[in-house]
Amino acid sequence: MHLSDSDLQAIWLTIRLASIVTLILLFVGTPIAWWLARTKAWWKGPIGAVVALPLVLPPSVLGFYLLLGMGPNGPVGHLTEALGIGLLPFTFWGLVVASVFYSLPFMVQPLQSAFESIGERPLEVAATLRASPLDAFFTVAVPLALPGFLSASILTFAHTVGEFGVVLMIGGNIPGETRVASVQIYDHVEALEYMQAHNLAAVMLVFSFAVLLTIYVWRPNPKRGV
Amino acid sequence: MKPLNILLLTCSLTVTLPVYADEAKVAVAANFTGPMEKIAQAFEQETGHKLVIAYGTVGKFYAQIKNGAPFEVLVSSDDETPIRLEKDGLAIAGNRFTYAIGKLMLWSTRPGLVDDRGEVLKRGDFKYLAIANPKTAVYGAAAVRAMEKLGVYAALEPKLVQGENITQTYQFTATGNAELGFVALSQIYKDGRYAEGSRWVVPPELYPALRQDAVLLTRGKGNAAAEALLVYLKSDAAKAVIRSYGYEF
Repeated sequence: MHLSDSDLQAIWLTIRLASIVTLILLFVGTPIAWWLARTKAWWKGPIGAVVALPLVLPPSVLGFYLLLGMGPNGPVGHLTEALGIGLLPFTFWGLVVASVFYSLPFMVQPLQSAFESIGERPLEVAATLRASPLDAFFTVAVPLALPGFLSASILTFAHTVGEFGVVLMIGGNIPGETRVASVQIYDHVEALEYMQAHNLAAVMLVFSFAVLLTIYVWRPNPKRGV
Repeated sequence: MKPLNILLLTCSLTVTLPVYADEAKVAVAANFTGPMEKIAQAFEQETGHKLVIAYGTVGKFYAQIKNGAPFEVLVSSDDETPIRLEKDGLAIAGNRFTYAIGKLMLWSTRPGLVDDRGEVLKRGDFKYLAIANPKTAVYGAAAVRAMEKLGVYAALEPKLVQGENITQTYQFTATGNAELGFVALSQIYKDGRYAEGSRWVVPPELYPALRQDAVLLTRGKGNAAAEALLVYLKSDAAKAVIRSYGYEF
């Protein structure tokens, strides 16, 4: 099997994108999931629905709104230009921003159920031992929810790797910047380079299977810690 | 109603469908979307046939047709794909004809950015220039050739963003995300008027002729709608529509 330099570049770019997105979503998604798991506010429902939107929206819809919103006439575009960052479409960081939206539910939802399954009790016990809420979060909730963190991160990473429609809409297919593996495969197919498409597709297939296998086989029993 | 009655009713409905009207599935190159919609409407009204149309890149259609996609006609953006399909035995030889010759435009929504001699390409005072993917779209390949002939390709290459097809290239340019782009004349020209902004008609000697061929696919043999469409595409009515979008013959 032979992968060309541009294939390897696309794979490397994909890994870089997925890693950065997973890292950002760990920081952004954890407080959202924590809040959703514990709040009794009436707007828990609406916020939960907004978080889940990328699950049902076609990537073309998301990509189209991002293209308009981040463009020179969009609100995000105005903001990034005012901040001196420039415009986000056709850039690596534009893909990062788009993927953070697109993969948000894959981080928040597993974390939310992990937090919910902990229940009130361990945190109440921590509070009676004079642990502050923040202290209790890091010393009680996080260790108990570790399996949740693991599957949420793996799912987020894998989902970002598999992203295609949004990247196609805002990426502009720039080598080393926005041409990720899924787009590269699509290009090979369109150009009738079926052999190269097969090679890269095989890598993606093996990778995806390995990721899912990890989750299904090595997933620690969530009940064990509690 | 009893199930048997429903069955009988269904049968009678099927039988009484008009036999003269046929349905054809047509794969159409993305750059021809505008005129095709007009032509299809007139064609359906005139003939009573029905068209089911898919728009996209021809490379994708080729792969789909090779793998059994149920298209009966291909209205291509090039002349190579129809020839290749003929060689593969997937299109009927002797049917192919050029229905339009496309024109390449350099276009920006900003007034005054693109001058009428294309000097903007030499100045290079922009961040992004959108083209269609040159590997898969003929308009993209034509844009690259034109830039090479002007001797600006190497300098502009880092500024290029690629649309998956010419429609997406138009989208990048129309939303202003790319300041300018190489699009199809048919996308920004309608009824004798150009879209807002500034433009340059790229001289035809700078790129290979964009011959767009249509062909009857093997599956379309004996399909009255498919055969009638190919005849209709050569009619004066269709030619008038095609010309109104800036194509030549």
